[in-house]
Amino acid sequence: MQLFDPQASGGLIPVLNLDESEVQRQMTICNACRYCEGFCAVFPAMTRRLEFNQADIHYLANLCHNCGACLHACQYAAPHEFDVNIPKAMAKVRLDTYAEYAWPPVMGRLYQRNGLTLALASGGGLALFLCLTLMLMGNLFTAIPGGNFYTIFPHNTLALMFGSVFGFAVLALTMGVRRFWRNVSPVAAPLPLKTSAALEATGNVAKLKYLDGGHGEGCNNADDQFTLWRRRFHHFTFYGFMLCFAATGVATLFHYLLKWSAPYPVLSLPVMLGSAGGIGLLIGPAGLLWLNLRRNPAHGDEKQKPMDRGFIALLFLVSASGLALLALRETSAVGLMLAIHLGLVMAFFLTMPYSKFAHGIFRSAALLKHAIEKRQPNPINAGSD
Amino acid sequence: MIDVLIIGGGNAALCAALMAREAGASVMLLEASPKIWRGGNSQHTRNLRCMHDEPQDVLIDAYPEEEYWQDLLKVTGGLTDEKLARIAIRASSSCRDWMRSHGVHFQPPLSGALHVARTNAFFMGGGKALVNAYFRSAERLGVKVRYNAQVTDIELDEGKFVAAHVGEHEVDGQRFAAERIEARACVLAAGGFESNREWLREAWGQNERGEWPSDNFLIRGTRFNTGILLRRMLDLGADVIGDPTQAHMVAIDARAPLYDGGICTRIDCVSLGVVVNRDGERFYDEGEDFWPKRYAIWGRLVAGQPGQQAYSIIDQQAIGRFMPPVFPGTTANTLQDLARQLKLPQEKFVKTVEDYNNACRVGTFDHTALDDCHTQGLTPAKTHWARPLVKPPFYAYPLKPGVTFTYLGLATDETAAVHFNGKASPNLFVAGEMMAGNVLGKGYTAGIGMAIGTAFGRIAGVQAAASVGFGVSSVNTESRHATV
Repeated sequence: MQLFDPQASGGLIPVLNLDESEVQRQMTICNACRYCEGFCAVFPAMTRRLEFNQADIHYLANLCHNCGACLHACQYAAPHEFDVNIPKAMAKVRLDTYAEYAWPPVMGRLYQRNGLTLALASGGGLALFLCLTLMLMGNLFTAIPGGNFYTIFPHNTLALMFGSVFGFAVLALTMGVRRFWRNVSPVAAPLPLKTSAALEATGNVAKLKYLDGGHGEGCNNADDQFTLWRRRFHHFTFYGFMLCFAATGVATLFHYLLKWSAPYPVLSLPVMLGSAGGIGLLIGPAGLLWLNLRRNPAHGDEKQKPMDRGFIALLFLVSASGLALLALRETSAVGLMLAIHLGLVMAFFLTMPYSKFAHGIFRSAALLKHAIEKRQPNPINAGSD
Repeated sequence: MIDVLIIGGGNAALCAALMAREAGASVMLLEASPKIWRGGNSQHTRNLRCMHDEPQDVLIDAYPEEEYWQDLLKVTGGLTDEKLARIAIRASSSCRDWMRSHGVHFQPPLSGALHVARTNAFFMGGGKALVNAYFRSAERLGVKVRYNAQVTDIELDEGKFVAAHVGEHEVDGQRFAAERIEARACVLAAGGFESNREWLREAWGQNERGEWPSDNFLIRGTRFNTGILLRRMLDLGADVIGDPTQAHMVAIDARAPLYDGGICTRIDCVSLGVVVNRDGERFYDEGEDFWPKRYAIWGRLVAGQPGQQAYSIIDQQAIGRFMPPVFPGTTANTLQDLARQLKLPQEKFVKTVEDYNNACRVGTFDHTALDDCHTQGLTPAKTHWARPLVKPPFYAYPLKPGVTFTYLGLATDETAAVHFNGKASPNLFVAGEMMAGNVLGKGYTAGIGMAIGTAFGRIAGVQAAASVGFGVSSVNTESRHATV
């Protein structure tokens, strides 16, 4: 979807698309009401503006965590004729921004049918590694003494394959978020301010501050009742992912610095980190999927459920296959499990810049911008009300 | 049989239901609206005016009882019952822990509302979040809640409540037969009659221009406050208090929806410019006092103008100095063009603004203080924030009277009992807007409606439970009010 007016580069105000216009319409209502200021960062950011241009809308859409609190508290929600539903309006624009800022731009189209994107990537990854395994081993069921899967795929082959794909994903995400950052026109600020803002934003990301409802009782899921489980399951997912990432990092250091190659014993640091992370990555996505299935249909954009659930499912499968590989590495299933795990991880890496994964990157950038601008004087002095 | 029947689903009704249930009574609550519209006007509220002698969580400094009382005395012009007013005031100092225990969260004042940081505690998420929390708590405690249950009649036996009648009604195409619900005690908390157009018409009558002013009123509050129960109680001979034309009434954007416009339809730039009527004439001092202290009189002022219309006019200098309006203003680069767009008599309008401009004696403009910018030799004068309107573009916002809630209600005492010929009913109580007129004869000050609703809702719940043998007797209620 084309979000930017191609003519707009000459300092003209970009024309808003329908989703953006809807956010603009609703923000104008919210800005005259402001009851929800205590819930999250979106509304305090809103009060710093009288008008909402495209950059503001992209920023606010990514600042929104889709917690649902403002919808259940809204006196103007449907059936009121104002029909305010901020989580939904923001979610629609948010998806548009993932597509719009994707790099290279043509890949943004993968967001149009993101469930399909993830399914094809998974299928492709699995097929690739199953074929490679068959090519190299002749069958999928040969036990390898000590579970040393490098006898199937040499370490350097794997490092090259996954390193390059991961490197590309990081590059693509960086290019995307850079363009997002520039387009949301971050305020100029001195370095000490930016440093403390960065610390706060990091804290907000690490704690998932804005899923606490502003009062610590959590966000909404099925109804107006608050729950902390979405935050907790997201923590399991996020920290599980980070532990797996750390496990890979530690293993890489072991390999190159200590010349100590995998497979590592169960009580080694990489396996312990990976196992803990893997368990987190089972509990977290399973819980998030459970909540997603019970989510109030008015929250967010129903059409994005395939993207959300596809991503959750892929994370779960990556973790489940990794743990299965660990459990079965000394059996004849090692080849099959390795192929499955590597295929799914490859699919995950390949789609990182074009899947729900991007939400973490763009949201973190929006939180950083918020932390910067809130440290500066409010340009609007509305005085009394 | 149910011990306590609560009629209504707003703040006062919920407070009564929760207190009666906490006292041990079985409680049923009848809400006239469907679930999606529950909560009456409480869903549009945002804060509670609170007495406090020292800083309290979200409240700064102190707001002692006497100052609170004097504020109330001033806005009501003495049309208040001091005893009941002081009960509400004192209760506001200690009710918030109880509110929190039922899931209500408070937050520091909203941006643009710092002037009430001392006096008003804001509900996080506003009144609908509060209503949601109370309904959750009520259901958790076992209060039976029924929606779409409009009570059309009350059965009495010599001033004693016997039963309520829910009219025949239809929900989503399904018909429900009329029903008679008996209970041992009852609390009436079903709001005023602001959404009853015929009643408003009857109350406001026809003016000297032959207009029916109320036909041009918008309702900021719930569409479900049709006053059916209130009218029935008056017909049954319940003692009444208040003037049917008195109401919380502000000037709001004329383009606001007919019902449930709530807070965002207000126009906050009145004190920064001039206000003219349909004839292009000014009619009141726009800069008399801070807007939050004056907005509640402008509804009546506009109601007195031809066609019940007016226009708030500002220039570029005011932009960014008031809460952003929900609808865009009419914009023009000349006063003539603005008059043309608004269909005001051009010459007259331009002369009004020019006369005003020439009369301005500008000192040091400060919209956050009662500054020294005023007019000289102009009638009506503008006594503060008077700056010539000279910097285009000019903006105009159309105004109409917006009724939040009416003050006509049932006379009561410190027990919240409904009275018949001066005699208290033993088991029928009243709370919220149905009795707020005892304390608010006219005028308004932010957060007082919720203070009255919370105090008397809780009293009514305690009294209703006590009247059927749960909890404290009526003898020591006074001390209980002060401490609960």
